[in-house]
Amino acid sequence: MSANMFLITRTQGTILCCKCRILMAPNPANMCVTCLRSEVDITEGLRKNVTIVHCPECDSYLKPPRTWLKAQLESKELLTYCVKRLETDLKKVRLVNAEFIWTEPHSKRVKVKLKVQKEVLNGVILEQSYVVEYVQQDQMCESCTRFQANPDQWVASVQLRQRVLHRRTFFYLEQVLLKHDAAAHAIKIKQRDQGIDFFFGNKSHALKFVGFLGEVSPTDKSKRSERLVSHDTKNNTYNYKYTFSVEISPICREDLICLPPRVAVSLGNLGPLVICTKVTNNITLLDPFTLRQCFLDKDQYWRYPFKSLLSSRQLVEYDVFNVEIVSPEYNVDSFKYVIADVEVARVTDYGKLFYVRTHLGHILKPGDRALGYDLYGVNLNDDDVDKYRDFILPEVILMKKSYEEKPHRKRGKPRPWKLKSLNIELDESRGRSNVEKMNVEYEEFLRDLEENPELRFNLSLYHNEDYQPSEMASDGEGVPFVPLEELFADLELTEEEYEEDGMEE
Amino acid sequence: MATRIQFENSCEVGVFSKLTNAYCLVAIGGSENFYSAFESELADVIPVVKTSIAGTRIIGRLCAGNKNGLLVPHNTTDQELQHLRNSLPDQVVVQRIEEKLSALGNCIACNDHVALTHTDLDKETEEIIADVLGVEVFRQTIAGNILVGSYCAFSNRGGLVHPHTSIEDLDELSTLLQVPLVAGTINRGSEVIAAGMTVNDWTAFCGSDTTATELSVIESVFKLREAQPTAIVEEMRKSLIDSYV
Repeated sequence: MSANMFLITRTQGTILCCKCRILMAPNPANMCVTCLRSEVDITEGLRKNVTIVHCPECDSYLKPPRTWLKAQLESKELLTYCVKRLETDLKKVRLVNAEFIWTEPHSKRVKVKLKVQKEVLNGVILEQSYVVEYVQQDQMCESCTRFQANPDQWVASVQLRQRVLHRRTFFYLEQVLLKHDAAAHAIKIKQRDQGIDFFFGNKSHALKFVGFLGEVSPTDKSKRSERLVSHDTKNNTYNYKYTFSVEISPICREDLICLPPRVAVSLGNLGPLVICTKVTNNITLLDPFTLRQCFLDKDQYWRYPFKSLLSSRQLVEYDVFNVEIVSPEYNVDSFKYVIADVEVARVTDYGKLFYVRTHLGHILKPGDRALGYDLYGVNLNDDDVDKYRDFILPEVILMKKSYEEKPHRKRGKPRPWKLKSLNIELDESRGRSNVEKMNVEYEEFLRDLEENPELRFNLSLYHNEDYQPSEMASDGEGVPFVPLEELFADLELTEEEYEEDGMEE
Repeated sequence: MATRIQFENSCEVGVFSKLTNAYCLVAIGGSENFYSAFESELADVIPVVKTSIAGTRIIGRLCAGNKNGLLVPHNTTDQELQHLRNSLPDQVVVQRIEEKLSALGNCIACNDHVALTHTDLDKETEEIIADVLGVEVFRQTIAGNILVGSYCAFSNRGGLVHPHTSIEDLDELSTLLQVPLVAGTINRGSEVIAAGMTVNDWTAFCGSDTTATELSVIESVFKLREAQPTAIVEEMRKSLIDSYV
């Protein structure tokens, strides 16, 4: 019978403190707290005065021997730093609480109140608080000194190149870098012909950046080169400047590619003519006639690199006259394609009609305008095409539907969204015509972003406050636009300031 | 009258001495100071005997006794036993007992009428105690400790127990022993009462670390201020002479 156990209540009696004779509850020392405190001082032997080194330029504190920690006055990081400096002391006692006592900002003193516990006599735990004063000594940190001496000093640089005639990839990459904040450590970014140079103060930053590039674009294995800058004979230290060369594959979206026979066979006899539909760190190839899709890993690509046959600059406009759907709707990688036979003619030459097979049967209707590659009229100079005997090139390969009615789009059309840009130094040596060309390309890039939601996936678009909707509300039915949900409201506080908090060098 | 003394720089005087109303046992120390302290207080009243038990000096914790008798553990040598029988007054019966728990001073706390013992003591030992010491025996614990002989010290006038003893326990023990009890400390907050002091009806000896507060508590609970040795011993003598024909 477990119910109703007879429990004896035990009330604790009181005894007299053995020193001061006041009534108290018994404790392991049998002395009241005041007597105990007067007997034992647990803060004896702990440091009450410590020196900390501070860099006035970048407001950081030295963690010996070499790291500098950035922290504001009376911040959490500073408190952690101050407590860490007392580590050897705090091994003897247990720390319960730590907080700042306010001091004048220019007094170069930081005061911290620490509450500690320690076991004394025979098992009594005593708690006591005491104040530690930190004297702040000013000394410039190494990076500030180096920066003061020569502001342009870099230790590692990454040369990013892509051997194509347009800069679309670099616009896209710029946005990706902004979103992931990968170029935060770059001292300088310089635009070059067919590429961009990034300069870093630290080799590990450059390596991390190269790694990041490998994740977002199909780069090859980077090549590294070093140059000796100085050599300290006394302690055998060497200072180098490192340069990493990274190349992005020349295959871009909407390129027409004729696969070399080896690659076609390794991908399972994919028809030699393929379209590139998506480029991330993999290249997605689509055969427009069989609707087979293949992925090329960047390692796979660079094992046997090939060039594209035609790129999107060579797209020609066609008018669609007739559409006959041949196959049912196929779902390829969340996109729907329908194979159809269409009757098209080039806009500039209505005389010649082409009957071709296309994969865009789901969006083309008679009377539409489409963009495609004119294989009938083009002069090809490619070894790979010649390798295929008995291969008949189709006359036209349609790529996408065109939405503009007028031949020239009004440049700088206001959009309800905008993009941020990286601080890229322009190459001064180039001529003025380049600037014009770049603007046109940038405009095309923005239009591309509007039309393709998958492109926007990796980027951040911001709400444009200056946008007023124009009088011509919409240019035509089905014009692609960026829905409002995808836009970020631009933060009021400058983001650079916010990010700098608590950054360790 | 409570006195503060030291045995060879240790404050645990209850370990090295045993004080009762009829005799006092003292350990053999390097210097004679300990012995002289007892002598100066007790010489003309009761015999003060220097001895060892089982070849050790911790005699206070090994033996238990009152005015009627003295119990010593089984490992006491024959010479020591004979020495004790010779030195102590004839009415004190010295008995060696065979008991597994040989530290009798830690297991038995007694005055002239009542004894508290360790809960695991043998039945025969209990009978011998009742017989030799002429007391009523109770098995008890003090503040959850079974070594009652260490954690309490009592005489015929009062008693001091472990400081963590609850109020209910204090009341219960007080009823058993029929003396006022108080929970307190000795030697500046030490809880091992009987090791730190030794007491009889008119005097007490405490370790030198004992604070004034503790000393005043001891003097008040054991009623040592008005105590006169002669009065008590006279009473004892009368009862002794009672049996003399």
